[in-house]
Parts: sequence; structure tokens; C-alpha cells
Amino acid sequence: MMRSKPDEDDYWNSSKFRAFTFDDDDDEFSTLKESKRAVNSIVVDDDDDDDEDDVEKVSWSGEPVGSISWSIKETASSVHVGGQDHGFPKIDSTPSLPRQGSGYSLSSLFKGRPKSGSIQAISESFPDVPSRSFAPELRKPKAEYKDYSDWSPEETVRRMQRGKAYSFETFRSLKDKMLLLDEAVHANDGNVITAVLIFLKKSLSKEILSRELTSREIALRHYIHYLKEMGEQKSLVELLKSLGRTEDMALLQYKEHLNIKDEVRKKEYLKACIGLPFSPEDASHVQDHYTLLERQIIIEANDKQAENKVEVFKKHPRKASILNMPIITTLYYSCFYHYGEPEGTFSSPANIRSTFKISEKQYFLTVLGARAKLKEWFDVDRLFTAKNWFGYTKKKSPIGFHRVVDILQKNNAPVQVLQEYVSLVEDTEQKISLAQKYKCHDIVIDTYKDLKDRQQLIIYQGKVERNSPEDRKIQDLLNNTQIRWKN
Amino acid sequence: MKRRLAQYSTRTHDFEKHDHRSRDPPVCHMILVSEGRKMAAHLSYGRVNLNILREAARKELREFLDKCAGSKAIVWDEYLTGPFGLIAQYSLLKEHEVEKMFTLKPGRLPAADVKNIIFFVRPKLELMDIIADNVASEDKLRTPRDFHVLFVPRRSLLCEQRLKEKGVLGSLINVDEYILDLIPYDGDLLSMESESAFRECYLENDQTSLYHTAKGLMTLQALYGTIPQIFGKGECARHVANMMLRMKREFAGCQTQILPVFDTLLLLDRNVDLLTPLATQLTYEGLIDEIYSINNGYVKLPPEKFAQKKQGEGEKDLPTEPKKLQLNSAEELYAEIRDKNFNAVGAALSKKAKIISAAFEERHNAKTVGEIKQFVSQLPHMQAARTSLANHTSVAELIKDITTSDAFFDNLTVEQEFMTGVDTDKANTYIEDCIARKDPLIKILRLVCMQSVCNNGLKQKVLDFYKREILQTYGFQHILTLNNLEKAGLLKLQTATRNNYPTIRKTLKLWMEDANEQNPNDISYVYSGYAPLSVRLTQLLARPGWRSIEEVLKMLPGPHFEERQQLPSGLHKKRQQGENRITLVFFLGGVTYAEIAALRFLSQMEDGGTEYVIATTKLINGTSFIKSLMERLEVPP
Repeated sequence: MMRSKPDEDDYWNSSKFRAFTFDDDDDEFSTLKESKRAVNSIVVDDDDDDDEDDVEKVSWSGEPVGSISWSIKETASSVHVGGQDHGFPKIDSTPSLPRQGSGYSLSSLFKGRPKSGSIQAISESFPDVPSRSFAPELRKPKAEYKDYSDWSPEETVRRMQRGKAYSFETFRSLKDKMLLLDEAVHANDGNVITAVLIFLKKSLSKEILSRELTSREIALRHYIHYLKEMGEQKSLVELLKSLGRTEDMALLQYKEHLNIKDEVRKKEYLKACIGLPFSPEDASHVQDHYTLLERQIIIEANDKQAENKVEVFKKHPRKASILNMPIITTLYYSCFYHYGEPEGTFSSPANIRSTFKISEKQYFLTVLGARAKLKEWFDVDRLFTAKNWFGYTKKKSPIGFHRVVDILQKNNAPVQVLQEYVSLVEDTEQKISLAQKYKCHDIVIDTYKDLKDRQQLIIYQGKVERNSPEDRKIQDLLNNTQIRWKN
Repeated sequence: MKRRLAQYSTRTHDFEKHDHRSRDPPVCHMILVSEGRKMAAHLSYGRVNLNILREAARKELREFLDKCAGSKAIVWDEYLTGPFGLIAQYSLLKEHEVEKMFTLKPGRLPAADVKNIIFFVRPKLELMDIIADNVASEDKLRTPRDFHVLFVPRRSLLCEQRLKEKGVLGSLINVDEYILDLIPYDGDLLSMESESAFRECYLENDQTSLYHTAKGLMTLQALYGTIPQIFGKGECARHVANMMLRMKREFAGCQTQILPVFDTLLLLDRNVDLLTPLATQLTYEGLIDEIYSINNGYVKLPPEKFAQKKQGEGEKDLPTEPKKLQLNSAEELYAEIRDKNFNAVGAALSKKAKIISAAFEERHNAKTVGEIKQFVSQLPHMQAARTSLANHTSVAELIKDITTSDAFFDNLTVEQEFMTGVDTDKANTYIEDCIARKDPLIKILRLVCMQSVCNNGLKQKVLDFYKREILQTYGFQHILTLNNLEKAGLLKLQTATRNNYPTIRKTLKLWMEDANEQNPNDISYVYSGYAPLSVRLTQLLARPGWRSIEEVLKMLPGPHFEERQQLPSGLHKKRQQGENRITLVFFLGGVTYAEIAALRFLSQMEDGGTEYVIATTKLINGTSFIKSLMERLEVPP
């Protein structure tokens, strides 16, 4: 608008960063609208789908009629059982698409499974046989499995992979067990590896198992994964410890705090975590986590008491407890309910800031947000006021004043307050656009005056109300012959 | 704020080539198909007929259902209905006596007068507990029903053990597995739909998913012939190739006598290119996924823009349920625009609108009975095309609202700064501001990881700063997630070695200054300037070969290799002159829609010489990618 067009073009053309929108002359909005118009303008008399049986039917929710997820709802909701026709078209289930290859079934490719294995109750013929699993095609002559005692690790693993009957009974010595494990690892089948590990876990002592796993990295990973899946926290911690993976162990133990609901117990648990062998950075974070929860418990207890007594709580009732909230949220809470408390108290913003080394920017943003929410404009003012050596007061901010203005505006700050901060925005162009947006007339007028920009002033006069103070102010300026306008 | 695109010099021949490619076939050129084919016809349109794979999967499903004689009810692990929808519809199940279908949940199963109850479940322990609960709550007074469990995609001895512990294994007539490794997703796309593959491989060091990958590739070779050449880059790629070669030796006896369809297999580790999934995709399909996330080929959209207004009716109540749309190449218009840069979608839609309007106008010209008849016979297809246009116009409007927002623009600007190497060694003010604004944590992590990847690690001071800000604002429990990201290599401390990203960027031409979004001449159009590293590697492999980039390959993690598989004599392919080679690119750990678009672009290049079929463990975007690595923090009930 204000910028000259060529400049703008130059910027976009020279910049390696491309804005993601559409060309002016081929504006996307207009093309989209165009296609929408076209769509709507096509009026066809029958809008019903009834006769379009060659076009796929789709329910409003988009599930094609007859799809599985659609049918679950349909079949589950029907009360009558059996024989009810939902009007699915009878369809040829053997499509006449290219047949080559369709004679294969995926499993038959590898498993050598009989195409139509008869299904009988496995459990009937083998009532609960320990450490033995059976796959469906086991209805074979007993001869085939009676001699499984002779099976080598290779044969056992292969049978497991193919879902056939197997037994671990023959693997008694440690050496045999490890041969079996190595064979399973060699086959790369995680399912088989895990099954062998479960067997080893049951039949070996923890010490021996973890010693043997130390030299078997892949099996070890699977074992760790297995323990995680099963939620065997204790075994896992012990294992990681014995492997010297102390940092992993520490994190794993730290994670446990999430399962503790009671905040006092959680606090104690975190306290116990502090001594764990974390990396130095994580150690300080865990320490902070503990300190934070400790503070929150104290603040929560006090504020519960204060809820019916102290003005600010009555006026702005708490919506939720502060327990387990992040630091920044806690700081915001403290700025909201405990502003101005001396630094010595746990709940004071200053104390929280220094305890958790909150960056200046974060601190300012949080205080600003909280005080603006309460419409405490005086606090906002003080926040940015700094005295220099000579006693002059000057407004300073670690965040750009345009962001200050944004935050204030979002909290419905009055024009007088906004005006003060808009005037502090450094970039003139940004200042003018903010001032115009928030109707800070004086700033707009003064800035144009300083820029000696008569043309813009005249344009702006057209935007303000007739005979308003702004209008008169502009008129006075325009009549002022002392000013040497640049245009 | 006014934003403009850079002006592109559009060379005429480029334009013509493009125009030729996308020339519209006669309006509504849809084929009448019966149900079984209707859902899957698009699978056979591609260069490789992936319907063969789908048919094999359907056949196995039918075989399983027939094994359980008599009437049946299926109890679904809800997650599976999506992937299964790509294989079969209810009608197939119904023909095999499936009378009822329920969603798996604890408690007593709904009444259904059937002989068999079949649980279709993933091998997850928590699901075993639900099955056990269902079986135990069965009414003893009723006629007993037979219980079966079908594990998808694989059985798990661990789960069977859990069923045994719960005391229900004995009540199950049959425990079986339905191997669903590679699911045909579209005409040129296969996915294993394994969400956790990247996490398992790079975080948990569990390579089971790689074993399944190798198995899936063996299945594919059984159907489409041995792939003579295997290339790969990365640890996982090496591992998969080793397993494939071993499996081949083991199955040496049952050599398939099929003429090989694929010439080359390229295995790529996701961690070779961590940058690409972190960047915001800028193709139409990519943006739909980024903003609304596509699941199993469906997307759920806010309904407001889809409200249909019929003439003569007043304002209808606005629907509150999300609008669900199926997205695949079976829809002609979608196939045409899905891979375009979003900036080129508006023009394509308006062009289409004109064609459709013209087609409807034809009715005024239809004078003779024959002509009218002809017109009427085309009507259903024209209406389908109109619906399709209306839908995509609405979707484009929804997306445009986002892409024109300041937030989107600012985010993209920072991404592009990182990708071009601007100030990647300092703490970024925009990221800091986003944290102060409490933007979603995933967005923050995505940006921080991107900066780390583009700087070959962050300086200690910068890394510490980000970590502290994140933990203070989002909570300390995220220590766990930050640790995961470090383990996976997405976030790291810069070691003494030099930042090699600029060298990689320059050598592989990862940043193209003059990316043409309307009529692209390079893959970089999919990210409006950034050419995905993974696809660049693929492109360079085809021509001039990896030997030319040895130095850069060494800078990327993991080994690169080439293997050859012997073909039985007589199966050597004699290529016709001008016939393109076919390469299967397998992304281990996930692929984005924008990468797929880039590969499709390469397939369509007139003198490219290679066409690509894409396979992956999972379709991902930056959000789902980061999410899969976050520590699950919700407390179990």
C-alpha cells in the first residue's frame, strides 16, 4: 500500500525466500471462486443418487457404502439376526481382472501350508501341553512330531517360523540354550527371538541370562523391548544396571513418576530420582522438576486456604490446581495471584524467576500477559520503566514494543495505554500501521508531522471523523505555515 | 500484507510438454466396473499391475474364512478396518457367511446367532486382554460359539502366551495369522502401514519390522519375479538386503518362473534423509496430509464448506460430522492435481471447471434422439466429475485459508532459511517466540530438529537453550522425548567436525533458486525450492549413477551397496527400444506424499528412462514422524 510497488517486487524477486501465495493477476481466490461458480451453475435436474448405480455410492461420512468400517456400524446396529438384507448389490466376487498370479495365496508361497487344512479343535487333542505351541495343520500323523527330541536348533527355529509344532524340552544345558538363541537371532525373526527369550527367562537365573545377553546385542535389544512391553519395570532396571547403561536406567526410573497420582508421593519419588546417574544437563532438569513440584504443593495448600478470603481469588476464581503445571504456567499463576509479594516468598514471581533461571524475555512476556489480563495497567507501566543514572525514567523492553502492543490489545487495553506503547515502536512504518490499526490518532498525526509528509496527513484527515479533535489537530497543522513540508 | 511469488520464466517447450502430459482425456472417461474391481481398478492402471498383489491377499482372506465353516461374526480391532478396506469390502466377507461385524471392546460380546466368532486383531498385548475378557464373559447358557483369532499382519508368540496366561487359549478353536506385509495403496504405491517402524529401528533397535520388510519383498518377488539389481543406502537397507539374499538361498528350490517386472530395487533408510520429512510439504496431497492427515486413503475435513445447497431449499442445518473423502488415483481429477504444487492447483481446477461446464452445455446441441441418448448415457459420469470438482474446490479453499495465514508464511520462511543454511548455528528468534506463544510442542520440535539436521548438530549453548525453554514451557516430563530425539539422531550436539550440510546441499543441488511451481522442470517444486534428498539420490542413481557422488554418499549415514540376484536362464528381460526401466524404491522408516510426488514427476519425465513404484513402511509427515518418537506420556487408566 504505502510501499512503492517496484520495491516490493524487487524484494520478492531477489529474495531466496518465496512467499507462498498466488500471483495477483491469477489470484487463487478468483480461480477457486470461478470453479465454485461453475460447479454451482451446472444445474442438473436429478440430484438423486438412486439411479447412479454405476457410480460408487458414498455415505455422507464418506465411507463408501459397503466398505468394512461402514458395515460395522450397519451390521452392529441391526437388531434382527440373520437373513436381513441390507440391500447390498450381489456382486461377482471373482473379478475378471488379469488372472496371472492370482492363483497364489500369500501364505502358500512360503509356508507350504495345505490349501484347505481342516480345522479341528487343537485344544481338544492336546489339552494344555506346556511349552509347546501348535499351528493349525498339526492334525497330521503323530509320526511327524513324535521325534521332536532330535530336532536341532536350526530345525526348531525353522518350525517356529513356519508356525509348526515345536518344543524347547530338549534344550537343557546352557550351551544348548544359547545355540538355540543364536539360531533364532540368525533367523532375524523377532517373534521367534522373543519366544526363545521367554523360555530362557523362565529357565535361567537373571544373572546368567543378563551375562549371556551382554555379548548378544540383538537378542539383548529384543529382551529389553520385551520387558518394556510387559511392563516389567523392575527386571528392566536391574538389567540396564547390570549392563552399565546407567543413563537409560535413570531415565526409565524417572519415567515412572508419571504413574504416581498422589502429588506428595510423586514429589518424594522425584527427590529419590535426583541421585540417579543422569547426564549433567538432565540431572539439573530433574532437580528443577522436584523443586517445582515441592513449591507447587506449598502454593496449592496456601491458596486453597486463601480462596474464600483474598480479594483476587474471589474476583477471579481459580479454574484448576497449579499442581504439575509447567514452570511458565506456574510463573503466570504467580504473576496473577501473587504479584508484588517480596522475593523471599516461594510464590512470588521474583523468586520463581531466579530459582528456575527464567530468561528475561519469557519473564517479561509472562508478567505482561498476567497483569494485562487483570487490566493492571499501572503494573504494566512499571514493568517497562527503568531509571537511568540521572534519575530519568525511560521505557525499556527485552521484547519488541510491537509485541507488547499486540498483547495489550488482545487484553482490551484502552487507547490511552496502547498509545503509550505504540509510540515506543522503533520502526516508523510499523508504528504508523499499528497506530492506524488501533486508532491512536495523535501518534499517526505526530509521526506524519515529523516526517513532514503533508500528503499522508491529508489522506489521514479523510479517515477521521469530521470536527473531531483529531480532525481539528490535522487542520491546525496543515494551516501552520512554519512547517516545511516535503510534499 | 501483500506477498508475491517470484516471477518464473516459463520456457515454451516446458509448457507444452506439461500440457501434453496433463491433457484431459474426454470428460468422464470412467469405466463401468463391478464392485470387486470398482474399488481397485486404479491399482491396475499403473505400470506395474498391483492388483495382482491385492488379489493374492483377497484369495487368502477367502481361504481363511472358508476354513471356519458356518455363519460368522467378525470382531474388529478398529485400527485394522482402514488397511483392510484397501483389500476387501463387506460384500466379500458376506459371501463367506460373515453376518455380523463388531468393534472390539471389553465386556460381553453382542448377541449374534452365529456359529463362529472371529477376532481380527493386531498382535498387541492390550488387545489380548480384551479378547480374553470377551471370551470369559460369554453366556454359558447359550449355544456355544466357536472362537477364532486372526493376527494381522503376523502372529505373535508373545500374544499367544498372554492368551494362555489369561486362560483362554484353550477356548480358541484356531489361532492363525493373515500376512499383510505390503498393502497396495495406489497404482504405484505400497505401504506396510507400520506406524512404529522408524521408532523400532532407530530408537528401540528392534529390527523385526525389517524382517517383515524382507518377507514382504520376497512375496513381491514371488508375484512379480526376481529383481535382478538391488541398491541400498543405510544400515537398515543393508540388513534388509542381507535377509533377502539369505531367504532367496533358502527358497532356492521354489524359484519362480516369472519374467521380472522390476529392474531395480532401491532400499533407502529414512535416517539417510531426516530433513525431508521435517519440511512442510507443498504439494496438494502433501498439504492435505499436513493439515488434515490422510489415513488409509481417507481424510476427514471440517464439514462447513461441503454443505450442499439445493435449489428451492432454505438454509439446511449445517452438518456437524466431519466430511470424509476417499483420496486415490481412481478419481480422475484428484490423480491430475494431487502431485501439483498447491500454487498450481487453482488454475488446474478452474480449467477443469470450464471443461465440465462445456460438457454440460452440450445438451443444448443435442438435437437428434441419438445425440440426446448419448448425452444422457454420459450424465452419471459428468455428475461424478462435477461432484469431484466441487469437493476439491472446497478442499483447496480450506487449505488456502491456512497457506495464506501469517503463521504458515512465517513458519515456511524459517524452514527455508534453515534449508538454505541461514543462521543455523544460532538460537532462532522465531522458534523462541513460538515457544513463548505456547504453539503446539510438535511444531517446535519439528523446527528445532530441522535446524539441528541442517547444521549437522547444534552448538551446546543453542541446544541447552532450546531444551530449557521447551522444558520450562511444556513441562519437565518431555525430557524423555528430547532424549528419544537425540537417540534417533534428529537432535544432536555438534561435534568437532565441520558442518557438512552445505557441501551435501550444494553437491546434490538440494536448493533450487528458480523452482517452477506451475510447470516444474525439477523435483524441487514439491517443496517450492527444496529438492528432497532421498529423491535426489534416487534420481542420481538412475543417471549418471552413484559413482559420481561417492564423496557425498560417504557423508550420509550408513553403507551404500549394490547386489545382483541371478535370474534363471530364459528370464532375462529383453527391453523394447524406448521402454522404460522400472525401479522399486523402498523407504525404510516412512515416506512423505511430497517425495512420492517427486518420484512420480521423475517417472513422467519424457526422457527420464525410469519409472518408479514406491513402497514404504508407512506414509508419514513431519507431525506423525515426530509424534512416533515422542514418549507416550498419558497415564494408563
